[in-house]
Amino acid sequence: MANIISDETIEYVGILSKLELSDQEKEQAKKDMGRMLDYIDMLNELDTSQVEPMSHVFPVHNVFREDVVVNQDQRDEILVNAPEQKDGQFQVPKTVE
Amino acid sequence: MAREYETVIGLEVHVELATKTKIFCGCSTEFGGEPNTHTCPVCTGMPGSLPVLNKQVVEYAMAVGLAANCQIHQKCKFDRKNYFYPDNPQNYQISQLYLPICHDGWVEIETEDGKKKVGIHEIHMEEDAGKLIHDDWEDCSLVDYNRSGVPLIEIVSEPDMRSAQEVIAYLDKLRTIIQYLGASDCKLQEGSMRADVNLSVREKGSDTFGTRTEMKNLNSFKAIARAIEGERERQIDLLEDGQAVVQETRRWDDNKECSYPMRSKEDAQDYRYFPDPDLVPVIISDEWIADIKSRQPELRTEKLERYKKEFDIPQYDAEILTSSKKLADIFEASAAICQKPKKVSNWLMGEALRLLKEHNQEPEDLNFSPENLAKLIQLADEGTINNKVAKEVFEKIYSENIDPKQYVEEHGLKSVSDEGALRSVIEEIVAANPQSVEDYKGGKKKAIGFLVGQTMKAMKGKADPGAVNKILQEVLEK
Ligand SMILES: [Zn+2]
Repeated sequence: MANIISDETIEYVGILSKLELSDQEKEQAKKDMGRMLDYIDMLNELDTSQVEPMSHVFPVHNVFREDVVVNQDQRDEILVNAPEQKDGQFQVPKTVE
Repeated sequence: MAREYETVIGLEVHVELATKTKIFCGCSTEFGGEPNTHTCPVCTGMPGSLPVLNKQVVEYAMAVGLAANCQIHQKCKFDRKNYFYPDNPQNYQISQLYLPICHDGWVEIETEDGKKKVGIHEIHMEEDAGKLIHDDWEDCSLVDYNRSGVPLIEIVSEPDMRSAQEVIAYLDKLRTIIQYLGASDCKLQEGSMRADVNLSVREKGSDTFGTRTEMKNLNSFKAIARAIEGERERQIDLLEDGQAVVQETRRWDDNKECSYPMRSKEDAQDYRYFPDPDLVPVIISDEWIADIKSRQPELRTEKLERYKKEFDIPQYDAEILTSSKKLADIFEASAAICQKPKKVSNWLMGEALRLLKEHNQEPEDLNFSPENLAKLIQLADEGTINNKVAKEVFEKIYSENIDPKQYVEEHGLKSVSDEGALRSVIEEIVAANPQSVEDYKGGKKKAIGFLVGQTMKAMKGKADPGAVNKILQEVLEK
């Protein structure tokens, strides 16, 4: 494996992805990520300077909606998905101290 | 020796577009709905929901870009900007990083120091976030997703501005352009236009940039000017003290007139942008661009030129009238009806602006029909009502958009032009005030003012002052 993932990197990636990993899981994740980067390095060996970056897997473009209101009030159904609700709103842990 | 510093400012301006629906779903963008009544699975980030782009958003963005002399990326696409915060239910904001719709433009601004071009780095389309309310009682936060998915364009300038005046001129220019295009109402106070200020200082003459900070939470031109002054001072103090400016986001508190850093411990600024696989690319043909161009309305600069040629009004008035799309619209429509542009201009420049100031409103808040102003001018011109009454009626038009003709009729405000009736009232007044008559005849010509006043009072303000003066003189000279 050419890519070695440091402890700091796996810590940082954990923070970004909101994952709490055990020490054992961290070691496994370091190996997995190293292998992924090796694979990317292999792809990078190809000369793609003349290839336009792919922006979508399907050859489709310009899928639009007209600017017309079609949705009615469906608050009750939407709020069923809230972990907790209060006064018609989604209730979440406090975001400021 | 005191060093001289130069302020370098770039702006990120967010503008809420005036579409009826959100950028990726058919929910209404209307203001003031009950929390979460304008939501659906798409704008609340439910798994499996699919965004579909609102065509009008692309057209507004293009229109603004073309008016700001931008190039259009004829192949553009959307990217996901990843961050975790409850105002953002998907855990990513759909935005444009790699191929924003518009790039490399400019607008011209004018300050006391003359004209200058401010570069536009890019304009991209994105979605707004929901609104968080903090509940102090229950130690929780509540989220309303009505604003989630409302379309925004973000206009990123080059770091071309050097003073608060230039920044205000630039914002004013953008606002006028966008209002003229009808792409947004651009109200800073209501948040449909928001500006983040990137600011650094450097020694005069230096050609490298200093470390910059970004300031948020600026919701009026005055707050922006104060924040720029405050941040400039703060950075200069640090440098003079031998300390370094830290690159960070700061929040401006306009009441305390100071800024403080926003919490950045956990929000590692790493957005891990990648192309949004749910949205297909947007290909913009030459024909589409030409079509948008052909539909561009007359913008302010052109309108100002036309006013100078077409209407006999002072340059200053033309500048004020065209500074707001709304004012200009009312002016033109009203002038077309009554064919008296100069009078229409006078009413707008005088009474309308006075009332706006008094009510702490902006010209975009004007809410009366041009027909009613035209009718009022007609009534005043034919002498049906006098000037004083006309001003009172205008206030009613301003506040309630009443029909002046009907209003004057119903409230008996017509001038009394019946000479016989007026003459007999005047004769009574003259008879009742021998002292004033004597003063007048003794050479105190001013004494006539008192008699005019008494007559107007007796006529309940409805007499034509010109006629009163004329008859009074006749009676006195007898
Ligand atoms: Zn929706």
